[in-house]
Amino acid sequence: MPEIHFTQALKRFFPKLEPVRSEKSSIPDILEELEEKYPGISGYILDDQGHLRKHVNIFIDGRMISDRTGLSDEIDDQTEVYIMQALSGG
Amino acid sequence: MQYLLASTRKGLVTFTKHGSGWKPASIHFNGIPVSLSHYDPVRNHLWSFQDHGHWGIKVSRSGDLGKSWEEIPAPAYPKGAEVSDGVEASLKYIWAAMHLPEGSSHTMIIGTEPGGLFHWSEENREWTLNESLWNRPERKGQWMGGGRDHPGIHTIIRNPEDKNHWYIGISCAGVYETTDAGRTWEARNIGLKADFLPDPNAEYGHDPHLVAMCRENPRVLWQQNHCGIFRSADGGKSWQEIGDTDTPAHFGFAIACHEEDSNRAWVAPALSDEKRVAVDHALCISRTDDGGKTWKSLRNGLPQEFAFDLVYRHALVSQGEEVIFGTTTGNLFHSQDGGDTWQAISNHLPMVYALQLAEIPD
Repeated sequence: MPEIHFTQALKRFFPKLEPVRSEKSSIPDILEELEEKYPGISGYILDDQGHLRKHVNIFIDGRMISDRTGLSDEIDDQTEVYIMQALSGG
Repeated sequence: MQYLLASTRKGLVTFTKHGSGWKPASIHFNGIPVSLSHYDPVRNHLWSFQDHGHWGIKVSRSGDLGKSWEEIPAPAYPKGAEVSDGVEASLKYIWAAMHLPEGSSHTMIIGTEPGGLFHWSEENREWTLNESLWNRPERKGQWMGGGRDHPGIHTIIRNPEDKNHWYIGISCAGVYETTDAGRTWEARNIGLKADFLPDPNAEYGHDPHLVAMCRENPRVLWQQNHCGIFRSADGGKSWQEIGDTDTPAHFGFAIACHEEDSNRAWVAPALSDEKRVAVDHALCISRTDDGGKTWKSLRNGLPQEFAFDLVYRHALVSQGEEVIFGTTTGNLFHSQDGGDTWQAISNHLPMVYALQLAEIPD
Protein backbone atom coordinates (compact mmCIF):
# COMPACT_ATOMS: atom_id res chain seq x y z
CA MET A 1 0.00 0.00 0.00
CA PRO A 2 1.36 3.45 -0.87
CA GLU A 3 2.49 5.46 2.13
CA ILE A 4 1.65 9.14 2.31
CA HIS A 5 3.73 11.69 4.22
CA PHE A 6 3.06 15.38 4.77
CA THR A 7 5.01 18.55 5.36
CA GLN A 8 4.87 19.68 8.98
CA ALA A 9 3.49 23.01 7.71
CA LEU A 10 0.11 21.38 7.06
CA LYS A 11 -0.22 20.39 10.70
CA ARG A 12 -0.99 24.03 11.55
CA PHE A 13 -4.30 23.60 9.76
CA PHE A 14 -4.83 19.86 10.32
CA PRO A 15 -3.30 19.13 13.73
CA LYS A 16 -4.19 15.43 13.63
CA LEU A 17 -2.45 14.85 10.31
CA GLU A 18 -0.15 11.81 10.41
CA PRO A 19 1.53 9.64 7.75
CA VAL A 20 -0.99 7.13 6.38
CA ARG A 21 -1.12 4.06 4.18
CA SER A 22 -3.67 4.05 1.41
CA GLU A 23 -5.29 1.26 -0.58
CA LYS A 24 -5.80 3.61 -3.51
CA SER A 25 -3.76 3.30 -6.66
CA SER A 26 -3.71 6.82 -8.06
CA ILE A 27 -2.88 10.28 -6.71
CA PRO A 28 -6.41 11.69 -7.32
CA ASP A 29 -7.94 8.73 -5.44
CA ILE A 30 -5.50 9.15 -2.57
CA LEU A 31 -6.37 12.85 -2.30
CA GLU A 32 -10.07 12.03 -2.32
CA GLU A 33 -9.52 9.56 0.49
CA LEU A 34 -7.54 12.18 2.45
CA GLU A 35 -10.37 14.69 1.98
CA GLU A 36 -12.78 12.27 3.64
CA LYS A 37 -10.47 11.86 6.60
CA TYR A 38 -9.40 15.53 6.83
CA PRO A 39 -12.22 17.65 5.36
CA GLY A 40 -10.87 20.65 3.50
CA ILE A 41 -7.34 19.36 2.99
CA SER A 42 -7.63 18.93 -0.77
CA GLY A 43 -8.21 22.69 -1.06
CA TYR A 44 -4.78 23.22 0.47
CA ILE A 45 -3.10 20.93 -2.06
CA LEU A 46 -5.16 21.56 -5.21
CA ASP A 47 -6.56 24.81 -6.61
CA ASP A 48 -10.23 25.30 -7.47
CA GLN A 49 -9.66 23.70 -10.88
CA GLY A 50 -8.22 20.55 -9.32
CA HIS A 51 -4.62 21.26 -10.32
CA LEU A 52 -1.66 20.99 -7.98
CA ARG A 53 -1.11 24.41 -6.39
CA LYS A 54 1.82 26.32 -7.82
CA HIS A 55 3.75 26.31 -4.55
CA VAL A 56 2.97 22.76 -3.48
CA ASN A 57 5.01 19.73 -4.55
CA ILE A 58 4.19 16.05 -4.54
CA PHE A 59 7.18 13.70 -4.58
CA ILE A 60 6.64 10.13 -5.74
CA ASP A 61 9.47 7.87 -4.62
CA GLY A 62 11.73 10.90 -4.51
CA ARG A 63 10.75 12.22 -7.94
CA MET A 64 8.79 15.41 -8.31
CA ILE A 65 5.37 14.77 -9.84
CA SER A 66 5.41 15.46 -13.59
CA ASP A 67 1.68 15.88 -14.29
CA ARG A 68 0.71 18.81 -12.10
CA THR A 69 -2.59 19.26 -13.93
CA GLY A 70 -4.06 15.77 -14.19
CA LEU A 71 -2.02 14.11 -11.39
CA SER A 72 -1.72 11.02 -13.59
CA ASP A 73 1.77 9.92 -12.47
CA GLU A 74 1.77 6.19 -11.81
CA ILE A 75 2.22 4.74 -8.36
CA ASP A 76 2.43 1.21 -7.04
CA ASP A 77 2.04 -0.69 -3.76
CA GLN A 78 5.47 0.31 -2.53
CA THR A 79 5.31 3.97 -3.49
CA GLU A 80 6.14 6.64 -0.95
CA VAL A 81 4.29 9.87 -1.58
CA TYR A 82 5.45 13.11 0.05
CA ILE A 83 3.20 16.18 -0.01
CA MET A 84 5.46 19.17 0.54
CA GLN A 85 5.45 22.93 0.20
CA ALA A 86 7.78 24.43 -2.39
CA LEU A 87 10.53 26.67 -1.06
CA SER A 88 9.06 29.71 -2.69
CA GLY A 89 10.51 33.01 -1.62
CA GLY A 90 13.87 31.65 -0.43
CA MET B 1 -16.82 49.03 21.39
CA GLN B 2 -15.24 50.79 18.44
CA TYR B 3 -12.80 48.53 16.56
CA LEU B 4 -10.23 49.12 13.86
CA LEU B 5 -9.52 45.99 11.80
CA ALA B 6 -6.10 46.07 10.14
CA SER B 7 -5.53 43.36 7.54
CA THR B 8 -1.81 43.04 7.01
CA ARG B 9 0.83 40.97 5.28
CA LYS B 10 1.34 39.03 8.51
CA GLY B 11 -2.15 38.69 9.90
CA LEU B 12 -5.23 40.52 11.10
CA VAL B 13 -4.48 43.01 13.89
CA THR B 14 -7.35 44.59 15.79
CA PHE B 15 -7.32 47.87 17.73
CA THR B 16 -9.89 49.29 20.13
CA LYS B 17 -10.77 52.90 20.80
CA HIS B 18 -9.97 54.32 24.23
CA GLY B 19 -10.91 57.96 24.60
CA SER B 20 -9.45 59.64 21.55
CA GLY B 21 -6.73 57.05 21.01
CA TRP B 22 -6.38 53.47 19.76
CA LYS B 23 -4.76 50.51 21.48
CA PRO B 24 -3.79 47.15 19.95
CA ALA B 25 -6.19 44.39 21.04
CA SER B 26 -5.52 41.11 19.23
CA ILE B 27 -3.66 39.30 16.44
CA HIS B 28 -5.23 36.62 14.23
CA PHE B 29 -3.74 34.39 11.50
CA ASN B 30 -0.26 35.16 12.76
CA GLY B 31 2.22 35.26 9.89
CA ILE B 32 -0.38 34.73 7.18
CA PRO B 33 -1.17 37.44 4.62
CA VAL B 34 -4.72 38.72 5.13
CA SER B 35 -5.92 40.57 2.05
CA LEU B 36 -9.11 41.89 3.60
CA SER B 37 -11.38 41.56 6.62
CA HIS B 38 -15.00 42.61 6.86
CA TYR B 39 -17.33 42.93 9.83
CA ASP B 40 -21.02 42.29 9.08
CA PRO B 41 -22.97 44.01 11.89
CA VAL B 42 -26.29 42.53 10.75
CA ARG B 43 -25.17 39.00 11.62
CA ASN B 44 -22.28 39.81 13.97
CA HIS B 45 -19.93 37.98 11.63
CA LEU B 46 -16.29 38.91 11.23
CA TRP B 47 -15.00 37.63 7.88
CA SER B 48 -11.33 37.40 7.05
CA PHE B 49 -9.77 36.47 3.72
CA GLN B 50 -6.28 34.99 3.69
CA ASP B 51 -3.84 34.71 0.86
CA HIS B 52 -1.60 31.79 1.85
CA GLY B 53 1.44 31.76 -0.35
CA HIS B 54 1.43 27.98 -0.54
CA TRP B 55 -2.04 26.79 0.31
CA GLY B 56 -4.23 29.16 -1.66
CA ILE B 57 -6.98 31.58 -0.76
CA LYS B 58 -8.89 30.82 2.43
CA VAL B 59 -12.06 32.28 3.91
CA SER B 60 -12.60 32.37 7.68
CA ARG B 61 -15.48 33.64 9.73
CA SER B 62 -15.97 34.34 13.41
CA GLY B 63 -19.13 34.92 15.39
CA ASP B 64 -17.27 35.88 18.57
CA LEU B 65 -14.88 38.54 17.36
CA GLY B 66 -12.05 36.18 16.64
CA LYS B 67 -12.10 34.04 19.77
CA SER B 68 -12.82 31.16 17.40
CA TRP B 69 -12.78 30.92 13.61
CA GLU B 70 -14.61 28.69 11.19
CA GLU B 71 -13.10 27.96 7.79
CA ILE B 72 -15.70 28.59 5.08
CA PRO B 73 -15.27 26.95 1.65
CA ALA B 74 -13.44 29.30 -0.69
CA PRO B 75 -15.20 30.30 -3.90
CA ALA B 76 -14.39 28.23 -6.99
CA TYR B 77 -14.65 29.19 -10.63
CA PRO B 78 -16.76 26.83 -12.74
CA LYS B 79 -14.83 24.14 -14.61
CA GLY B 80 -13.77 25.47 -17.97
CA ALA B 81 -14.10 29.13 -17.00
CA GLU B 82 -11.48 31.27 -18.73
CA VAL B 83 -9.96 34.66 -17.91
CA SER B 84 -9.17 35.08 -21.58
CA ASP B 85 -9.06 32.63 -24.44
CA GLY B 86 -6.90 29.69 -23.37
CA VAL B 87 -6.21 31.06 -19.86
CA GLU B 88 -8.05 29.07 -17.21
CA ALA B 89 -9.73 30.98 -14.38
CA SER B 90 -8.84 29.95 -10.85
CA LEU B 91 -9.10 31.94 -7.64
CA LYS B 92 -6.07 34.18 -7.06
CA TYR B 93 -7.18 36.78 -4.52
CA ILE B 94 -10.14 38.15 -2.58
CA TRP B 95 -10.11 41.93 -2.91
CA ALA B 96 -13.56 43.25 -1.95
CA ALA B 97 -16.39 42.32 0.40
CA MET B 98 -19.85 43.69 1.12
CA HIS B 99 -22.54 42.32 3.43
CA LEU B 100 -26.19 42.61 2.50
CA PRO B 101 -29.08 43.71 4.73
CA GLU B 102 -31.63 41.42 6.34
CA GLY B 103 -34.05 39.84 3.93
CA SER B 104 -31.51 39.41 1.14
CA SER B 105 -31.26 35.99 -0.46
CA HIS B 106 -27.48 36.18 -0.15
CA THR B 107 -25.67 37.56 2.86
CA MET B 108 -22.22 38.40 1.53
CA ILE B 109 -20.76 39.41 -1.82
CA ILE B 110 -17.04 39.26 -2.56
CA GLY B 111 -14.90 40.46 -5.44
CA THR B 112 -11.96 38.43 -6.64
CA GLU B 113 -9.07 38.21 -9.02
CA PRO B 114 -9.65 37.14 -11.77
CA GLY B 115 -12.69 39.39 -12.24
CA GLY B 116 -15.26 37.32 -10.35
CA LEU B 117 -18.13 38.46 -8.17
CA PHE B 118 -19.33 35.70 -5.84
CA HIS B 119 -22.56 35.60 -3.79
CA TRP B 120 -22.65 33.64 -0.51
CA SER B 121 -25.72 31.61 0.36
CA GLU B 122 -25.86 30.80 4.06
CA GLU B 123 -28.58 28.25 3.43
CA ASN B 124 -26.57 26.29 0.85
CA ARG B 125 -23.20 27.20 2.32
CA GLU B 126 -21.74 27.91 -1.09
CA TRP B 127 -20.53 30.73 -3.29
CA THR B 128 -22.14 31.34 -6.67
CA LEU B 129 -20.38 33.19 -9.46
CA ASN B 130 -22.36 36.16 -10.75
CA GLU B 131 -22.71 34.96 -14.31
CA SER B 132 -24.35 38.05 -15.78
CA LEU B 133 -21.16 39.98 -15.01
CA TRP B 134 -18.82 37.12 -15.89
CA ASN B 135 -20.56 36.60 -19.24
CA ARG B 136 -20.37 40.21 -20.35
CA PRO B 137 -19.09 40.22 -23.93
CA GLU B 138 -16.32 42.74 -23.27
CA ARG B 139 -14.83 40.82 -20.32
CA LYS B 140 -12.35 38.60 -22.12
CA GLY B 141 -11.11 41.17 -24.59
CA GLN B 142 -11.35 44.50 -22.79
CA TRP B 143 -10.76 43.73 -19.13
CA MET B 144 -7.11 43.38 -18.14
CA GLY B 145 -4.80 43.12 -15.16
CA GLY B 146 -3.79 46.28 -13.36
CA GLY B 147 -1.54 45.94 -10.33
CA ARG B 148 -2.32 42.24 -10.35
CA ASP B 149 -1.93 39.68 -13.15
CA HIS B 150 -5.62 39.50 -14.01
CA PRO B 151 -8.58 41.87 -13.69
CA GLY B 152 -9.64 42.22 -10.07
CA ILE B 153 -12.83 43.48 -8.40
CA HIS B 154 -11.69 45.69 -5.53
CA THR B 155 -14.82 47.77 -4.85
CA ILE B 156 -18.37 46.68 -4.03
CA ILE B 157 -20.57 49.42 -2.59
CA ARG B 158 -24.31 49.65 -2.05
CA ASN B 159 -26.76 52.51 -2.04
CA PRO B 160 -27.90 52.66 1.61
CA GLU B 161 -31.40 53.58 0.40
CA ASP B 162 -31.76 50.61 -2.00
CA LYS B 163 -30.49 47.13 -1.22
CA ASN B 164 -30.48 46.16 -4.91
CA HIS B 165 -28.44 49.14 -6.12
CA TRP B 166 -24.69 48.44 -6.19
CA TYR B 167 -21.55 49.68 -7.86
CA ILE B 168 -18.40 47.68 -8.44
CA GLY B 169 -14.92 48.82 -9.39
CA ILE B 170 -12.57 46.66 -11.46
CA SER B 171 -8.88 47.14 -12.22
CA CYS B 172 -8.81 47.19 -15.14
CA ALA B 173 -12.29 47.44 -16.62
CA GLY B 174 -13.91 50.38 -14.86
CA VAL B 175 -17.06 50.99 -12.85
CA TYR B 176 -20.28 49.02 -13.30
CA GLU B 177 -23.71 49.68 -11.80
CA THR B 178 -26.57 47.29 -11.09
CA THR B 179 -30.02 48.28 -9.85
CA ASP B 180 -31.34 44.72 -9.61
CA ALA B 181 -28.89 43.08 -7.20
CA GLY B 182 -26.51 41.92 -9.88
CA ARG B 183 -28.88 40.51 -12.48
CA THR B 184 -27.95 43.19 -15.05
CA TRP B 185 -25.04 45.61 -15.27
CA GLU B 186 -24.23 48.92 -16.97
CA ALA B 187 -20.74 50.34 -17.42
CA ARG B 188 -20.29 53.79 -15.84
CA ASN B 189 -17.06 55.14 -17.28
CA ILE B 190 -18.06 58.26 -19.19
CA GLY B 191 -15.67 61.09 -18.41
CA LEU B 192 -12.88 58.86 -17.14
CA LYS B 193 -9.60 58.70 -18.99
CA ALA B 194 -7.21 55.80 -19.43
CA ASP B 195 -3.85 57.19 -20.57
CA PHE B 196 -2.47 53.67 -20.90
CA LEU B 197 -4.92 52.70 -23.67
CA PRO B 198 -4.71 53.66 -27.35
CA ASP B 199 -8.07 55.38 -26.85
CA PRO B 200 -8.06 57.06 -23.40
CA ASN B 201 -11.83 57.52 -23.62
CA ALA B 202 -12.57 53.84 -24.33
CA GLU B 203 -15.77 52.49 -22.83
CA TYR B 204 -13.93 49.72 -20.96
CA GLY B 205 -10.44 49.08 -19.63
CA HIS B 206 -10.29 51.90 -17.06
CA ASP B 207 -8.42 51.58 -13.80
CA PRO B 208 -10.43 52.94 -10.88
CA HIS B 209 -8.15 52.15 -7.94
CA LEU B 210 -11.05 52.57 -5.52
CA VAL B 211 -14.60 53.93 -5.65
CA ALA B 212 -16.40 55.52 -2.65
CA MET B 213 -19.99 56.65 -2.12
CA CYS B 214 -21.35 59.45 0.07
CA ARG B 215 -23.74 57.75 2.49
CA GLU B 216 -26.16 60.69 2.83
CA ASN B 217 -26.03 61.60 -0.86
CA PRO B 218 -25.48 58.34 -2.73
CA ARG B 219 -25.57 60.02 -6.12
CA VAL B 220 -22.14 61.42 -5.28
CA LEU B 221 -19.38 58.95 -6.06
CA TRP B 222 -15.64 59.47 -5.83
CA GLN B 223 -12.78 57.53 -7.30
CA GLN B 224 -9.02 57.56 -7.08
CA ASN B 225 -8.14 56.37 -10.54
CA HIS B 226 -4.80 55.38 -12.00
CA CYS B 227 -5.06 58.48 -14.17
CA GLY B 228 -6.32 61.03 -11.66
CA ILE B 229 -9.11 61.69 -9.18
CA PHE B 230 -12.72 61.78 -10.38
CA ARG B 231 -16.10 62.67 -8.88
CA SER B 232 -19.60 61.99 -10.12
CA ALA B 233 -22.69 63.90 -8.95
CA ASP B 234 -25.15 61.83 -10.98
CA GLY B 235 -24.65 58.31 -9.72
CA GLY B 236 -21.80 57.51 -12.08
CA LYS B 237 -23.51 58.51 -15.32
CA SER B 238 -20.71 61.02 -15.85
CA TRP B 239 -17.40 61.67 -14.13
CA GLN B 240 -15.45 64.91 -13.76
CA GLU B 241 -11.71 65.00 -13.18
CA ILE B 242 -10.99 66.84 -9.94
CA GLY B 243 -7.31 66.05 -9.25
CA ASP B 244 -4.80 68.88 -9.15
CA THR B 245 -1.41 68.27 -10.72
CA ASP B 246 -0.07 71.42 -9.02
CA THR B 247 -0.48 69.67 -5.65
CA PRO B 248 0.23 66.05 -4.61
CA ALA B 249 -3.48 65.22 -5.11
CA HIS B 250 -3.29 63.36 -8.38
CA PHE B 251 -1.86 59.83 -8.37
CA GLY B 252 -2.56 57.36 -5.59
CA PHE B 253 -4.63 54.33 -4.67
CA ALA B 254 -6.91 55.11 -1.73
CA ILE B 255 -9.87 57.45 -1.34
CA ALA B 256 -12.34 58.00 1.52
CA CYS B 257 -15.30 60.34 1.55
CA HIS B 258 -17.31 62.01 4.30
CA GLU B 259 -20.60 60.22 5.06
CA GLU B 260 -22.65 63.45 5.25
CA ASP B 261 -20.77 66.23 3.46
CA SER B 262 -20.73 65.25 -0.20
CA ASN B 263 -18.06 67.86 -0.98
CA ARG B 264 -15.51 66.34 1.37
CA ALA B 265 -13.02 63.54 0.64
CA TRP B 266 -9.48 62.41 1.41
CA VAL B 267 -6.84 60.81 -0.82
CA ALA B 268 -3.36 59.47 -0.07
CA PRO B 269 -1.04 60.86 -2.77
CA ALA B 270 1.86 58.85 -4.17
CA LEU B 271 4.63 59.74 -6.56
CA SER B 272 3.84 58.61 -10.08
CA ASP B 273 2.93 55.33 -11.58
CA GLU B 274 6.59 54.42 -12.08
CA LYS B 275 8.03 55.10 -8.60
CA ARG B 276 5.20 54.59 -6.13
CA VAL B 277 6.67 56.23 -3.04
CA ALA B 278 5.55 59.16 -0.89
CA VAL B 279 5.65 62.42 -2.88
CA ASP B 280 9.05 64.09 -2.18
CA HIS B 281 9.50 61.38 0.49
CA ALA B 282 7.18 63.46 2.68
CA LEU B 283 3.97 61.78 3.77
CA CYS B 284 0.70 63.67 3.36
CA ILE B 285 -3.01 63.13 3.03
CA SER B 286 -4.92 65.51 0.76
CA ARG B 287 -8.44 66.71 1.53
CA THR B 288 -10.99 68.59 -0.47
CA ASP B 289 -13.84 70.49 1.20
CA ASP B 290 -15.37 71.83 -1.99
CA GLY B 291 -16.07 68.83 -4.19
CA GLY B 292 -12.56 68.72 -5.63
CA LYS B 293 -12.12 72.34 -6.71
CA THR B 294 -9.21 72.71 -4.27
CA TRP B 295 -7.05 70.31 -2.24
CA LYS B 296 -5.20 70.86 1.03
CA SER B 297 -2.05 68.89 1.84
CA LEU B 298 -2.31 67.71 5.44
CA ARG B 299 1.12 67.01 6.96
CA ASN B 300 1.00 68.02 10.63
CA GLY B 301 2.32 65.02 12.58
CA LEU B 302 3.37 62.97 9.55
CA PRO B 303 7.02 62.21 8.62
CA GLN B 304 8.31 64.83 6.19
CA GLU B 305 11.64 63.34 5.16
CA PHE B 306 12.96 59.95 4.06
CA ALA B 307 9.43 58.52 3.96
CA PHE B 308 8.67 55.79 1.44
CA ASP B 309 5.17 55.00 2.68
CA LEU B 310 2.56 54.08 0.13
CA VAL B 311 -1.10 53.72 1.12
CA TYR B 312 -2.85 50.79 -0.52
CA ARG B 313 -6.37 51.26 -1.85
CA HIS B 314 -8.23 49.80 1.14
CA ALA B 315 -5.97 51.32 3.78
CA LEU B 316 -7.56 54.78 4.21
CA VAL B 317 -10.83 55.06 6.14
CA SER B 318 -12.89 57.83 7.68
CA GLN B 319 -15.84 58.20 10.00
CA GLY B 320 -16.99 61.72 10.73
CA GLU B 321 -13.84 63.71 11.45
CA GLU B 322 -11.81 60.61 12.29
CA VAL B 323 -9.44 59.61 9.50
CA ILE B 324 -7.08 56.63 9.71
CA PHE B 325 -4.55 55.23 7.25
CA GLY B 326 -1.99 52.43 7.19
CA THR B 327 1.04 52.18 4.95
CA THR B 328 3.26 49.72 3.14
CA THR B 329 6.02 50.35 5.67
CA GLY B 330 3.85 49.43 8.64
CA ASN B 331 2.86 52.87 9.90
CA LEU B 332 -0.65 53.50 11.15
CA PHE B 333 -1.79 57.10 11.69
CA HIS B 334 -5.04 58.66 12.82
CA SER B 335 -6.55 62.10 12.97
CA GLN B 336 -9.47 63.33 15.07
CA ASP B 337 -9.87 66.61 13.19
CA GLY B 338 -10.37 65.63 9.59
CA GLY B 339 -6.67 65.30 8.92
CA ASP B 340 -5.47 68.68 10.24
CA THR B 341 -3.27 66.93 12.81
CA TRP B 342 -2.03 63.33 12.95
CA GLN B 343 -0.85 60.92 15.62
CA ALA B 344 0.78 57.53 15.16
CA ILE B 345 -1.12 54.47 16.37
CA SER B 346 1.75 52.15 15.46
CA ASN B 347 5.08 52.40 13.61
CA HIS B 348 5.91 48.72 13.45
CA LEU B 349 3.09 46.82 11.84
CA PRO B 350 3.53 44.57 8.81
CA MET B 351 2.59 46.06 5.44
CA VAL B 352 -1.02 47.25 5.82
CA TYR B 353 -3.38 45.96 3.13
CA ALA B 354 -6.79 47.09 4.36
CA LEU B 355 -8.57 48.85 7.23
CA GLN B 356 -12.15 48.79 8.44
CA LEU B 357 -13.79 50.73 11.27
CA ALA B 358 -16.52 48.79 13.02
CA GLU B 359 -18.76 49.13 16.05
CA ILE B 360 -18.78 45.64 17.55
CA PRO B 361 -20.76 44.68 20.66
CA ASP B 362 -18.75 43.22 23.54
